[in-house]
Amino acid sequence: MNVTLFVMQCLNGMQLGVLLFLMAAGLTLVFGIMNFVNLAHGSLYMMGAFVGALVYNTTSSFILGVLAVIPAMLALAFVLEALVFKRLYQRDHLDQVLATFGLILFFNELIRMIWGPSPYYMEVPPALSGTVNLFGIPYPAYRLLIVASGLAVALGCYLLIHRTRIGMLIRAGATHRAMIGALGINIKLLNSLVFGLGAVLAGLAGMLAGPILSVQPGMGEPVLILTMVVIVIGGIGSIRGAFLGALIVGVIDTVGRTLLPAVLRGLFERGTADTAGPALASMLIYILMAVVLALRPQGLFPVRHG
Amino acid sequence: MLTPSPSSPIVHAAAVVPAASRRPTFYTLFVMLLLAGLALVPTYAALSGQAFYVTLFARIVVFAIAAVSLDLILGIGGLVSFGHALYLGLGAYAAGVLAQHGIDNGWVHLGVAIVLCGAVGFVTGFVSLRTTGIAFIMITLAFAQMVYFLAVSLKQYGGDDGLPLAASSRFGNMSLGDPATLYYVAFGFLCLLLLSGSRFVKARFGMTLAGIRMNERRMKALGVPTLQYKLGAYVIAAILCGIAGVLYANLTQFVSPSYMSWTTSGELIMMVVIGGIGTFVGPVVGALAMVLVEEGLKSATEHWMFIMGPLIVLIVLLTRRGLMGVVHSADARRAAKIAAKIAARSKRTESLS
Repeated sequence: MNVTLFVMQCLNGMQLGVLLFLMAAGLTLVFGIMNFVNLAHGSLYMMGAFVGALVYNTTSSFILGVLAVIPAMLALAFVLEALVFKRLYQRDHLDQVLATFGLILFFNELIRMIWGPSPYYMEVPPALSGTVNLFGIPYPAYRLLIVASGLAVALGCYLLIHRTRIGMLIRAGATHRAMIGALGINIKLLNSLVFGLGAVLAGLAGMLAGPILSVQPGMGEPVLILTMVVIVIGGIGSIRGAFLGALIVGVIDTVGRTLLPAVLRGLFERGTADTAGPALASMLIYILMAVVLALRPQGLFPVRHG
Repeated sequence: MLTPSPSSPIVHAAAVVPAASRRPTFYTLFVMLLLAGLALVPTYAALSGQAFYVTLFARIVVFAIAAVSLDLILGIGGLVSFGHALYLGLGAYAAGVLAQHGIDNGWVHLGVAIVLCGAVGFVTGFVSLRTTGIAFIMITLAFAQMVYFLAVSLKQYGGDDGLPLAASSRFGNMSLGDPATLYYVAFGFLCLLLLSGSRFVKARFGMTLAGIRMNERRMKALGVPTLQYKLGAYVIAAILCGIAGVLYANLTQFVSPSYMSWTTSGELIMMVVIGGIGTFVGPVVGALAMVLVEEGLKSATEHWMFIMGPLIVLIVLLTRRGLMGVVHSADARRAAKIAAKIAARSKRTESLS
């Protein structure tokens, strides 16, 4: 284990972290404001990846792909909300879980019918296929772009939430929903807005992840579950929690997968270490979540009231 | 009070029909018909020469056991666990791993499954029950995923591909490898479960659990240690589902991480909700409906989930109390009619005297 590898793994972890943040931002706000469990958020991620990949592969312009994802996701979010979600907001969590579970089955099968079960190829844009020299460490330019754009989106979200009137309403809605409704704010419109924003961010995450992960039916669920871990660790309804939680989960998961087998190999004999290492590494973030919940059930960075 | 309040799904219409009516309620009739029908499946299959029915209905019965165990925490306790398939998988792996090492004693399989599910249920339940609402849903899901990934990484036990069951569970001379034997064992266990379930809701434990679902703060104020009750129910549900897992491994003769995948957890919730939450018989009806619809759609099209998904959404949006709700409301209507008759009669005798 040398320093170069460690730094690279940290960067990879950050890259996973910002992707998770793009997912978590929308999900945590919808949780926070509407108290709504949307398991189909992972399907939005998948739809974004497929729409982006389709446009990119036909026009061979990555920028056009990204630009196409935004209106497509807004339209999808609008249709989903009008047809299904609107009727679910007043229901209990159980109904929400089930209905969005049904939606996941539908979207996965829809994609499988159109594109087939095998991964849909999407290559790294040629302009970004090289490496960038970061303090003497060569790092793939595309992954660096993901980190940079993720951080930019995070900054944008921060400014939107903390520096604008809409952001103020969103924060108020997350803490005292009934009260801001009573003050004459259209909370439903506000939620549609947040939901649309969340869908766009999820779609963009899918599009950005496309070239490095595989674009295939069912790609949304592993990410969705990681995102839920992020939200639980960070604190439900908190953007700051989503951001820090995403980075923590991303870095721990990625670094753990490289570091842990090596550490175990130093402690145990080779056979034991080779089996236990990967098993333990894939459980690491869930163990982290359990510890966080045991010590601070409200998450590490909960919404600050008052 | 003559009609069950719609907000509490576990009010049995049987309780509100006046004792004067000697006719069995629709509910009793329905349950007896359902169980009689299930009991006759192997006979029917043998007579018609369709051995396939036994395995199909054995799957229904095994999933019914798992769904009934989930109903204990979901319906009575109001705890939305989205990771209940974890225990189905643990039970199946207990049988699979022991069989791999040459142990085919069914009592050992069962014992290990019970201890394992009880221990895992206790630890994960203790952590999960610190949270409520959305966080509880997600943490149960996360624990199930954690064990799922653990199973995937166990290369010596098949990893991702799963593990063929090396030997069926054996109880003395009886082997669960025979589909008909397995069916009767599973069906007998299901009947036992339903019987104890109907006692449970009237017992102190069941009442307390239902009270916690309705208003936990009040129960706490009454001095009830709510966490202990919830944890107790969670562990019992885990153990029962683990037993279903042992049966399931014997049915499929295979153990796979997919048994504890989150889609299986979703299907279990679906069975409980379609059938009628908090009724114990409902999940059995739900399992029957789900498996049969799934089989029907699968034989019709390869893309059955394309229809199943929207169907689930529609069922959730349009129905409120599941299929058992239909039976209960028929009973409620009859009870109301009888009550009206009795009231009219007593009025007549009053005016005569």
